[in-house]
Amino acid sequence: MNAPGESSVRLENVFHRYGDVLALDDVSLDFPAGRMIGLIGPDGVGKSTLLALIAGVRKIQTGTVEALGGDMADKRHRRRSVYNIAYMPQGLGKNLYATLSIHENLSFFGRLFDQNKAEREQRIDRLLAATGLTPFKNRPAGKLSGGMKQKLGLCCALIHDPDLLILDEPTTGVDPLSRRQFWDLISDIRRERPQMTVLVATAYMEEAAVFDLIAAMDEGKVIAQGTPQSLLEKTGAAALEEAFIQLLPADKQASHQPVVVPPRPGDGGDIAIEAIGLTKRFGDFTAVDHVEFAIERGEIFGFLGSNGCGKTTTMKMMTGLSPATEGEARLFGKVLDARDMQTRRRVGYMSQSFSLYGELTVFQNIELHAHLFDLSKEEMGPRIREVLERFELETVKDSKPDSLPLGVKQRLQLAVAVLHRPEMLILDEPTSGVDPIARDNFWRLLITLSREEGVTIFISTHFMNEAERCDRISLMHAGKVLAVGSPDALKESKKADSLDDAFVDYLKEASGIDAKAVSPSERTGPLVSSGESGEKAAKDGAGGFHLRSMLAYARRETKELLRDPIRLAFALIGPIILLITFGYGISFDVEELPYVAIDQDRSTQSREFLENFSGSRYFEERPSVSTPAAAHDLLRSGDVSIVIEIPAGFGQDLFAARQPEIGVSIDGAMPFRAETARGYVEGVTQAYISDLARRNLGIEIVFTEVDIKIRYLYNQAFKSTNAITPGIIMLLCSLIPSMLTAVGIVREKELGSITNFYATPVTRTEFLLGKQIPYVVISYISFLSLATVVMSVFAVPIKGSLLALNLGALAYVWATTGLGILVSTFVKTQIAAVFAAAIVTMLLTMNFSGFLTPVSSLSGGAIFMSKLFPAAYFQQISVGSFTKALDFYDLLPELIVLVVFAFVFFFLSVLLLKKQER
Amino acid sequence: MFRRISNIYRLGVKELYSVRSDPVLVFLLIWAFTFMVYEVAENAKIEVVNAAVGVLDEDQSALSRRIIDSILPPYFKPAEEIDGRDMDRLLDNGDYIFIIDIPPRFESDLLAGKRPEIQVNVDATAMAIAGNGSSYLASIINSEVSNYLDADGGESSLPVDLIVRVAFNPNVNSTWFMSVMAIINNVTLLAMILTGAALIREREHGTIEHLLVTPVTSVDIMISKVWSNGLIIIVVASVSLVMVVEGILQVPIFGSKPLFILGAVVYLFSVTSFGILLATLAGSMPQFGLLVVLTYIVMNLLSGSTTPLESMPEWLQFVMQFAPSTHYVSFSQSVLFRGAGINIVWPELFAMAGIGAAYFLAAFSRFRKVLDSSSG
Repeated sequence: MNAPGESSVRLENVFHRYGDVLALDDVSLDFPAGRMIGLIGPDGVGKSTLLALIAGVRKIQTGTVEALGGDMADKRHRRRSVYNIAYMPQGLGKNLYATLSIHENLSFFGRLFDQNKAEREQRIDRLLAATGLTPFKNRPAGKLSGGMKQKLGLCCALIHDPDLLILDEPTTGVDPLSRRQFWDLISDIRRERPQMTVLVATAYMEEAAVFDLIAAMDEGKVIAQGTPQSLLEKTGAAALEEAFIQLLPADKQASHQPVVVPPRPGDGGDIAIEAIGLTKRFGDFTAVDHVEFAIERGEIFGFLGSNGCGKTTTMKMMTGLSPATEGEARLFGKVLDARDMQTRRRVGYMSQSFSLYGELTVFQNIELHAHLFDLSKEEMGPRIREVLERFELETVKDSKPDSLPLGVKQRLQLAVAVLHRPEMLILDEPTSGVDPIARDNFWRLLITLSREEGVTIFISTHFMNEAERCDRISLMHAGKVLAVGSPDALKESKKADSLDDAFVDYLKEASGIDAKAVSPSERTGPLVSSGESGEKAAKDGAGGFHLRSMLAYARRETKELLRDPIRLAFALIGPIILLITFGYGISFDVEELPYVAIDQDRSTQSREFLENFSGSRYFEERPSVSTPAAAHDLLRSGDVSIVIEIPAGFGQDLFAARQPEIGVSIDGAMPFRAETARGYVEGVTQAYISDLARRNLGIEIVFTEVDIKIRYLYNQAFKSTNAITPGIIMLLCSLIPSMLTAVGIVREKELGSITNFYATPVTRTEFLLGKQIPYVVISYISFLSLATVVMSVFAVPIKGSLLALNLGALAYVWATTGLGILVSTFVKTQIAAVFAAAIVTMLLTMNFSGFLTPVSSLSGGAIFMSKLFPAAYFQQISVGSFTKALDFYDLLPELIVLVVFAFVFFFLSVLLLKKQER
Repeated sequence: MFRRISNIYRLGVKELYSVRSDPVLVFLLIWAFTFMVYEVAENAKIEVVNAAVGVLDEDQSALSRRIIDSILPPYFKPAEEIDGRDMDRLLDNGDYIFIIDIPPRFESDLLAGKRPEIQVNVDATAMAIAGNGSSYLASIINSEVSNYLDADGGESSLPVDLIVRVAFNPNVNSTWFMSVMAIINNVTLLAMILTGAALIREREHGTIEHLLVTPVTSVDIMISKVWSNGLIIIVVASVSLVMVVEGILQVPIFGSKPLFILGAVVYLFSVTSFGILLATLAGSMPQFGLLVVLTYIVMNLLSGSTTPLESMPEWLQFVMQFAPSTHYVSFSQSVLFRGAGINIVWPELFAMAGIGAAYFLAAFSRFRKVLDSSSG
């Protein structure tokens, strides 16, 4: 497309703000094509925002962004150019799917770019061979080491031969060996495809030194750009990191001095923390394998190794968060006991990811921990002020952490960790993703703690210059400790110039896999095709609907569901169990009403009268009590539902035709049951009277002058099962499908894989349909199983249209899964999604669908809720085709309404879903 | 000890902040406890109210018109005359639950003492009202006919005077019942989701790990979630009881409100513990969502708040004894409707507390285990 040297990316007066925070402040840049360009600068200065704008995944607010010769604000250009841009977001493996294998992840991306099977497989083979991932192609992405995840991420980005490759901090959290291999790969790709522009944001200044061009950023502004050489010359610095600091505004520079580590006052203190044969297994996977080390009091002990090598698990075992499978951890000479509150007071821990409360302000977070660590009242105020000052948090103390840059959040976490003056600090990658200046400041704090206060510090890091500052370090790889010693000793033993080289040597020695790392010469084939493939050119700008992209999402969603057996069981078996339970349990057949009789007459007549009750299956007698008051207590406690009182002299009065009174009290707390009970009591009494008259007087008493014939239609036996089970199908096909889909999109947003939707050509329709179809299928299968159970277990036949029932069910689950998707597009958190889906579907289907209350009996607002929700229509179809024997045309109107619902929910979702992040 | 209480208090206050910071959550809470309670109680009754009745009047006599005019609210919507050809279709569509067919020459046959027949066609798929509704219709028709014949009615000539009194709820008004049951159902659903989801979120965000390195035990964390989320629910539920049920719906509450609230507190302990237990059973938010839905429907439909408990098979009644909601429904009915005192309802209180404690212990035993495996 663009010849080398031509402009590939151009920005003009770009501003971007998040709420009150100005992330980009008048940025203008011009990058030529075919170069490798680095964005460097502290965290939170807008590098990621800038890359996202260029990639088209974030919506442009003000200014012009041009990439690959077109305006990125123009939707048509974005649709075309997306085939030539690859974007790898920040966060290791964040856009990968953990349960999918390497091959499945790559296939997914290939399909999103509408590659056919042959083309896709050919590309995947080439990429896997070139990156050395071929032997692992069936391993799930979630089980890969950091370095492998990163290679896979790169493969996914390269699947469509992009002209512009955008990498946002690709090497953060990766061990030095993998990092080197990564940059080797990138330079190979560039050799094979010289027209490709590579745009990288990085926190490692030493990496940026080999780039063609560099743009340094600070506080949303570009403070310098040019070749690394020109920047060094301009500032007269020896290294880029130093140069960057020189480029900063004077006031910031002033605060920066090189970090000096004073020597430890006399070593050989007692052992503060010790690991002895520490081992952790998860199933058959050994995460930590017989790790041994001992850290002295006051020492700064560094822990190096790639992500996923077991560092975090080891640290968690040292804090007692995770019990060891084998071996033990000792803290201050005692075996670690997770339940011992006293040890917890002596340790401060900082986990790898931000783990304080986003909904509390900085101050509230600190205050909460002050309380939890039980600082005394007098001490609390001054101590909080002290840490706020020491960690420079006063200015932000009323902000919520979510709005703060990573560096500040890390300071807050450290502030919280040291708040209670622990003797031991366990810090898990506290400086990952933090800019150099903030890192240096952070280290100054650590050094003060160690040297002046004698705090023992156990810290893991990826940065070699930080490792150099430690008293001793240990290198960890694949669950094992490779070496322990002072930085100088380790360098010496490998005769290496730098710690980095020493580490790489250790890694090569230790691991078969990574050492075999594919060097360019061994590579079997090219990574990318150098030219334009004809097919790809034809696809450029192709609009319309791509079945393959949609199926890519459908296929992925299906695989994820199949690999989550719990969710699958909930979706398929749960409803069947519920149906059976409800089929037996929900019954409007009122039987065995508990009653108590108080017979104060004790005559033949009164006994005869009562026998009518005790002999009926509708009533169940409870042991009699002596007084009416006692009987009414039983009624009040709910032990009986009916109290029958026969007064003294009943028998005599009866024969004297004095019309004796029988008093019956019925519990009215449950109105439906009370009404039915009243009907039964009246019926029994009438039967008694007729019988009495016939026997004693020989006459037939006629209670009525007309003969009222009641015909129970559709359900002659008047059994609840016939009427209830079709309703339960309606209920279950609403609740479960909508819950299945409700978290779908919001979860992708929370986990970050939504980026793939922003950064690839997949359209909103394809994305939503792809995410919905598997659940429609699952839900329809669930419906079929439920209908089968209704017919077999409950012996309720389908009397009406089988076709209408099936089509109706399909349309209904389409609508209910669509409702879940709709919920998912507008809520912000998974909790809210679960909450909204549960409340909306439960309350509306339970109450206004005609399941309990017939729709024709609804009034007021309930009518609207019933009409505006699909459940009532499917209730009509389900009951109509099961019990009412209605034919297809009778049910057609409801069927049409359900289809309309399905479409409306779908279109609303499309409208609410944004193809770009805001 | 004091320190632990203070920690539990602090952590609970933090929960309150979390809920406040999610506007969708707050909106749904209020919506469910106000608008939805009102709509369910007022406009979707499961008793014979507003039942739609059609009449096929083939007689067109003074008597048949009297019968039609006597079908009145609140039980029935005013009867509508229909065309004979439409009868099946109208029942098929569910437009009417009852269709009364008054045959030709009905009035003259009656006057001739021929005991004519009236047919009442009932849509028996509307289980809740078909049975009671048809007996109401029968008695309406009978009394109209008696009045018409100017007979004194059969009653005075009957040998027995049956006096049926519906205790506690003389008008058999279901607004009472439905409004309180709607609140109870909301309490169950929202308490479970709120507590369980709060725990899963802490787990997914890693904050719970951070708590466990401070001098806080998992029991402290669980209790803090129980009290704070329970408090939110009890406040909204009490407000709903006073403002919506007593205020707007004008339901007279005879029983002791403090006793009801005490029961609600005990119930919330058991149901929030249950929510925590579910959260420790579910691996992720999607799983939790499904688990909550499945268990909630059971608790809603089979606790006796929708259909009577004694109509269920005995094994199911037995199983439902392990759901706290079963006891709470029975407790609430006794206290609010029947004015029962603590001397009568203490067994339910004990049952709820016991079940709650069992859930709490079960959740506790899983708490750390889950945390460990999820960190893999």
